[in-house]
Amino acid sequence: MALKLKPLQFLARSSYRQRRLRDVAGMLPIIGILLLQVPLLWPRAEGQSLTTSAMIYVFGVWILLIALALYLSKAIRNDAPELGEGQEDVD
Amino acid sequence: MAKRVLVIEDEPNITEAISFILSRDGWTVHTHSDGETANERIKATPPDLIILDVMLPGKSGFDILRDLRAEEGTSELPVLMLTARGQARDRELAEKLGVTQFMTKPFSNAEVLESVRALARD
Amino acid sequence: MLTYNVLIAVALLYVVFLFGIAFFAEKRARAGRSGWVSSPWIYTLSLSIYCTAWTFYGAVGYAARSGLEYLTVYLGPTIVMLGWWWIVRKLVRIGRSQRITSIADLISSRFGKSTSLGVIVTLIAVVAATPYLALQLQSVTLSFAVFAEAGGTHWTQADLSRAALWVAIGLVVFTIVFGTRNLDANERHHGVVIAIAVEAVVKLCALIAVGVFVVWGVAGGLGETLQMIDASAISKWEQPAGRWVGLTFLAGAAFLCLPRMFQVLVVENVNENHLSTASWAFPLYVMLMSLFVVPIAVVGLNLMPSGSNPDLFVLTLPLAEGWNVLAIFSFLGGFSSATSMVIVATIALATMVSNHIVVPLWLSSRGAGAVVAGDIRLVVLLSRRISIAAVVLGGYIYFRLSGGGAALAAIGLISFVGVVQVLPSLVGGLYWRGATRWGAIAGLVVGFSVWAWCLFLPSFGQGAIIPVSVFENGPYGINWLRPEALFGIEKIDPLLHALLWSMLLNAVAFFVGSVVTFPAPIERLQGAQFVNVFEHSTGARAWTQSAAEAEDLLIMSQRILGPTEAQQIFAREAARQGKAGYLPDVTPDFIQTLERNLAGSVGAATAHAMIGQFTQGSSISVEDLIAVADEAVQIMEYSNRLEAKSAEQERTARQLRDANEKLTALSIQKDAFLSQISHELRTPMTSIRSFSEILRDGDADPATVERYSGIIHDEALRLTRLLDDLLDLSVLENGQVTLNIQEGSLKTLLDRAISATEASGRRLSIRRIVANENHLLNTDLDRLTQVFINLISNAEKYCDAEAPELKITLRRIGGRHVVDFIDNGSGIGKASQRVIFEKFSRLSDHRKAGGAGLGLAICREIMARLGGEIVYLPGQGGAAFRVTLP
Repeated sequence: MALKLKPLQFLARSSYRQRRLRDVAGMLPIIGILLLQVPLLWPRAEGQSLTTSAMIYVFGVWILLIALALYLSKAIRNDAPELGEGQEDVD
Repeated sequence: MAKRVLVIEDEPNITEAISFILSRDGWTVHTHSDGETANERIKATPPDLIILDVMLPGKSGFDILRDLRAEEGTSELPVLMLTARGQARDRELAEKLGVTQFMTKPFSNAEVLESVRALARD
Repeated sequence: MLTYNVLIAVALLYVVFLFGIAFFAEKRARAGRSGWVSSPWIYTLSLSIYCTAWTFYGAVGYAARSGLEYLTVYLGPTIVMLGWWWIVRKLVRIGRSQRITSIADLISSRFGKSTSLGVIVTLIAVVAATPYLALQLQSVTLSFAVFAEAGGTHWTQADLSRAALWVAIGLVVFTIVFGTRNLDANERHHGVVIAIAVEAVVKLCALIAVGVFVVWGVAGGLGETLQMIDASAISKWEQPAGRWVGLTFLAGAAFLCLPRMFQVLVVENVNENHLSTASWAFPLYVMLMSLFVVPIAVVGLNLMPSGSNPDLFVLTLPLAEGWNVLAIFSFLGGFSSATSMVIVATIALATMVSNHIVVPLWLSSRGAGAVVAGDIRLVVLLSRRISIAAVVLGGYIYFRLSGGGAALAAIGLISFVGVVQVLPSLVGGLYWRGATRWGAIAGLVVGFSVWAWCLFLPSFGQGAIIPVSVFENGPYGINWLRPEALFGIEKIDPLLHALLWSMLLNAVAFFVGSVVTFPAPIERLQGAQFVNVFEHSTGARAWTQSAAEAEDLLIMSQRILGPTEAQQIFAREAARQGKAGYLPDVTPDFIQTLERNLAGSVGAATAHAMIGQFTQGSSISVEDLIAVADEAVQIMEYSNRLEAKSAEQERTARQLRDANEKLTALSIQKDAFLSQISHELRTPMTSIRSFSEILRDGDADPATVERYSGIIHDEALRLTRLLDDLLDLSVLENGQVTLNIQEGSLKTLLDRAISATEASGRRLSIRRIVANENHLLNTDLDRLTQVFINLISNAEKYCDAEAPELKITLRRIGGRHVVDFIDNGSGIGKASQRVIFEKFSRLSDHRKAGGAGLGLAICREIMARLGGEIVYLPGQGGAAFRVTLP
């Protein structure tokens, strides 16, 4: 039953990582939307003050998202052309 | 009645020189400097002889000659062609088109006068 | 009173400072040192115009009334920027590849460059933005009033209006000075951008300073502040879930659709990579903006006397505590928020009004000839300036009419709901190829109507515009059309109600309209361009065989883009096709590039119409376009490499063809050259010989003798000149010439050339428009003067105008100095333009002017030796030569 596994060929590991990082970048707003709706689901008891907790939670999520975006912007190599063809700036 | 010569030439100095020589010899000289209207001019008042330059504005002397020969009234009109482009090819072309005589610039006055006299006598 | 006077002085100083740095930035940009303005940080800061006075002052008031809900206004844009990979990146790419000037232009361009869509989006934007502009004026005047109050004077309504008027005038001046400097809306407004960036820093620092003061100075620390919040009226966070979600969506959508945001996000973007920085830096900015809002609100509610306006806590709290300097700083923050928003919003709206309403109207009123008849640049600039004044004036009038009351406070979100009506068409247009023009029109009209009926008109108050009875029973008793209870669904929050219905009906109308109508070919093409912008970045190929003449197109383009830029575009295209000079073949590709460049100045629809006037000869059939559309889809599937390769092949083939033609022409030319030399030499010799024979005969009268000797003399000179020229040319052509390099100013060279040509008696008047004649040259001055002399005496000889005039201008193009010699005669025909630099190419109808036709050939050789260039410049009216200085 034991199959002899060939060693996997190394296939452009860094570009694979780039693609996955882009997936994370794409998911980031969706994660953000979901996390920011969470306080709406918190149980509410009479007389309990939620504002400070919600504030701390929302700002915490906010900072987390910013940090993630900062990491992604450094990690992803943007291959966008500097200027599209045919409309280079006139000097 | 004095015979009439039409000089078709766009260089005013050359026109003047030819006019002077021929007038002195008793010819009535008319001049015309534009290639494009030359054929009409000839048709309107046919001269006895034409002195024709090659490089003319609007229409070349060769074309004027070709049209002259194609026209009934002027197909026999004597034409003395003067050109500054003295290549053999030009002479051949002129002869093929039916020139009466071909002469290169610069010419001697006596030569021109002789040719005109000879041609107009026919 | 002291505080108030100081405040006025500080505000004026601040305005002077803003004008100053804007001027400074423009100056640096013009000197070519604009690198630092194009950094991602400046880009991020310019996005902060999202935070207007409404958010600066109003957020605190909002928090005092509804707790944390104010956060949604910032969370929406945060999510949009975090998700830049989805929408913003595509928008920016399209914006650049299609040279989009505004959101109206984007929608119009996507749906077949439709004029009507441009008008609709412009109208929506203006209607939605005018109250918002009024709100900014109100906030600035109220903040003035606060200080006046503190100084002991109570401001009346008249005082407020007067202050608002002055602020409005100041804003119009600033915007016109720095916002309409360049016609091309696609170009950056450096002065404006830098002023906004500074204001962004000021408002952030101001709000944080007040926050720090409140938390640590008044409340006594972080813990105490949190306790205070827990003890306050807003501690119970009874957030309606619908509003939280709805407002987050609304703010995010508005971030994309607001004309001013589109302006900074897309139009002013210079580099797509800046988005990557802004994706975290902008969320950070708005996070900091909102950090201290709740503490300020709570402390204000605690300390300030009840009934005081929470919208102004940011000012009144420091004032009440005696921190006048902080209060003034905070005032500057609010002032910055208001002014930067008004400036950018006005530029964006004015571009839209001008490009989509004024210019098309002007063009159609002038008929088909207008494009070539006048200088369109001036018209466009003027219309943009007038639009700016009109937009701000509209805001002021709204402010006056609404009485500056509380009605304005709610207008921020109401205005948001208005502008997001563009969202379905925008997103649909970006991702769905089936979206059509009629669908977009239907969606926009329906959404806008629902917004107006359910939210905008009711916002003036029940009974103000819509009678109370309509609110209760619906129009004409139609119950399900009640403004705040459409289809009988009641008791929803009015804002949410309007948002929900307008978005829903808008999207449905857009979808149904798109599905049932058939798109025009150009819509399908543009659709493919937009939806697949990342796969292929070529514009819609709408012009097939064109009857347009390159020179006509050049004339038109010069009027719109200005001569320098237009000539560069034409020269670049000619070079790309492997041709010299300024007149490329008019290929569909070129027309397309040109159209896009024009679109950057006057908008896609107008540019399309202008080009259309020249290409009418070739009307395009539907079948043609569909074929091209299918082809475009196929091209997309091929790799770019293949495309590049075939272009390369075509270019090579063209070059080969050209080379072959040149060779054939050369061998013919060699014969022709010899026979030309023969002719040119023999002609004067003929005169000389003939007249000297006449003189020798000796029978002429003395007057004739004298005359004829004169002719002989002149012709001998002519012969000498000709031989000199020939010798000169052969030396130059064989490269045996030794250059005598010296330094001298352009002014002396021109002076020398002009006086050298004066001898023959001047009939030509020369106008020198040389900005910097002292420009120093380091070259063979005698040779260069020879070229100038040749050009001037050519104008003298050949200019056939009634009052001949020669214009000599020096300008800088692409880092090199060029001198243009332009006369007012009838110019040189297109066929002759190609040959004038050839030897003996003297145009036949000018024979009597003398000269052998070697002058320009010599000029060309000289300029080549000196490392410069001389070319014929078509489309200038008269004959025009451009000398590129070495």
